[in-house]
Amino acid sequence: MSETWIILGATSSIARCLVRDLAGEGAALILAGRDQADLDATAADCLARGASMATPVQFDVRDPATFGAILDLATGASGPICAAVFTGSMPDQEKIDADVALIDGVITDSFTGPARFLQELAPHLERKGEGTILGIGSVAGDRGRLGNYVYGSAKAGFATYLSGLRNRLGRSGVHVVTVKPGPVDTAMTWGLDGLPFMTTPDKAAAHMLKAARKGRNVVYTAPIWRIIMMVIRSVPEPIFKKMEI
Amino acid sequence: MRWKTDTYTGWGRVHSATGELARPERLSHLAAIAKDEPAPAIGQRRSYGDACLNDGGRAVETSRLDRVLSFDAETGLMEAEAGLRLGEIARLYAPKGWLPAVMPGTGFATVGGAIAMDVHGKNHHHAGSFGQHVTEITLLQGKKTLKITPKDEALFKATVGGLGQTGIIASATLQLQRCKGDLMMVTERRATDWDAFIALLDQSEATYTVGWIDATATGKDLGRGILEEGETGAGLVPAPKRSKSVPFNAPQAALSAPVVRTFNALYYSRVPKSGRTTVKPIQDFFFPLDRIHDWNRLYGKTGFHQFQCVVPLDQAPALREMMARIAKSGLASPLAVLKRMGPGRAGYLSFPMEGYTLAVDFPNRGRAEALIADLEKMTHEAGGRIYFAKDALSTPLHIDEMYPDLPLWQAEASKADPDGALKTDLVRRLKLRDAS
Repeated sequence: MSETWIILGATSSIARCLVRDLAGEGAALILAGRDQADLDATAADCLARGASMATPVQFDVRDPATFGAILDLATGASGPICAAVFTGSMPDQEKIDADVALIDGVITDSFTGPARFLQELAPHLERKGEGTILGIGSVAGDRGRLGNYVYGSAKAGFATYLSGLRNRLGRSGVHVVTVKPGPVDTAMTWGLDGLPFMTTPDKAAAHMLKAARKGRNVVYTAPIWRIIMMVIRSVPEPIFKKMEI
Repeated sequence: MRWKTDTYTGWGRVHSATGELARPERLSHLAAIAKDEPAPAIGQRRSYGDACLNDGGRAVETSRLDRVLSFDAETGLMEAEAGLRLGEIARLYAPKGWLPAVMPGTGFATVGGAIAMDVHGKNHHHAGSFGQHVTEITLLQGKKTLKITPKDEALFKATVGGLGQTGIIASATLQLQRCKGDLMMVTERRATDWDAFIALLDQSEATYTVGWIDATATGKDLGRGILEEGETGAGLVPAPKRSKSVPFNAPQAALSAPVVRTFNALYYSRVPKSGRTTVKPIQDFFFPLDRIHDWNRLYGKTGFHQFQCVVPLDQAPALREMMARIAKSGLASPLAVLKRMGPGRAGYLSFPMEGYTLAVDFPNRGRAEALIADLEKMTHEAGGRIYFAKDALSTPLHIDEMYPDLPLWQAEASKADPDGALKTDLVRRLKLRDAS
């Protein structure tokens, strides 16, 4: 029985690679995002690559009224339901410093919006007793840093939420994977200097899908970031607070 | 759009350019660039010379615009974004019985690049050039988004083979061709010398025909090689091996004359005198070199040149003369190809003409440049032409005679891009857009 995947933030670079892999497996895809033209193109691409269904759906993570249509579409499917959450936003920390109201948007995009969606989805998955959730966090969530601590704290909140959701859904056979990407070579990082250990979106997508199939819980991509973040987390706070990394 | 300053090269790695690059991931972002800050589009940079370079200026990479936009399993019509690689189309559709009608020697070439160079393949004598199977192109000219078809005579002919000078190609519709499956039945036979080779090429009735020529053989062996003929088929073979890559620049000795001579002799005698027929995955037939990623590094950090020309059918003796010159020089690498072309071409600046085409790689060292200059002169005298996708050394001198439709192309290019925002290093070097 082919899987039905809900992709929140389907216009993201990594999502586009993930849906290609899923299309090749014959999955049914619900592509949720805002840029309709781009969603249409991705849907066509998925169908051409073997998806059994690819439906673009208008979705705004800040507007819970857009959630219902997606849930209706997914819960009608007969096979397992899965979800991958790519929503998030990372304005420059300076912009946030200049306009503190931006914090609400960042928290909604990266944490409370997707958490609210998954909270609505969870009972359906529990009822089915199967399914997978891929939640995209960030290495930035592992420790608050000078450069992006608002974004980082939103991702940290989401990671903690995913941990709890895994604890809950694991009891009914649903698996939750927390993915923590380091820098990925996408439009978001194009032209930015000094990003070490960059991976590509197709590698990141293949890596997270493999991790999900293997039942991994928390996965860093590129994998070296697990070690790097272990070191960064272990720096004592009196020293860390003076560091600029 | 964010721009990134980088230094980049064509496949031959002799020329390089430093400038700002954008890499849009959505068609709407590509359209915004075309409107507000137009720059030439580049794909996977598989052109050997400087057709894909804009030193000191900007360029737009299409590598992330690589989606299939529609496919009709009944008619074989497929629309794709400009950055989709032809090898990917083959991988997706050959198992379903469809192939791009024309495939060049590398599967990394993109839809946009294949149009802008009007590339040809091993079936040129039957199928013609790539552009003859393009039914529609979405072209971004400043604020305008145009859908052009072969009915738009002049603009279509100026865009196909047009080196990206009539606008940015955003997407295109291709008429794919039926194939029997994703396998290739390949028959190889020895051609013992030049005359035997030409005779085999003339007699070949296979769908796909290509000749490997030993560019180091002299004397009575001059022009010897192996003719490969292929037909698609269905069946089962092991999956293609994982591609390997060349992790570093090879030292110059790797392609010294004795090494190449020995390699070529072994490569030639690997095919039995009686010939043989084998079955392989289509990728291995169409894109034999793609299995080795970054194989251009084998030529070391100074890079290499590929000389490719085509001469009319009655000029085969002139081509033999060129082959003799190459063999005598001892400069050639193992990569050398001889093929018969049909008349098919779709654009004003398309390379093909009915005749024989020869392509030979030379490491970029010593006397290679002078030899290539001589070969170009001989090509011009034989009424032939050189290929812009390969050229890195030529001068403007004879281009107008090699490409008699150049003025027609120039008129369309200056209409489409009056400010010259889409010019590339190749266009400037050969003064292609400077009307005489």
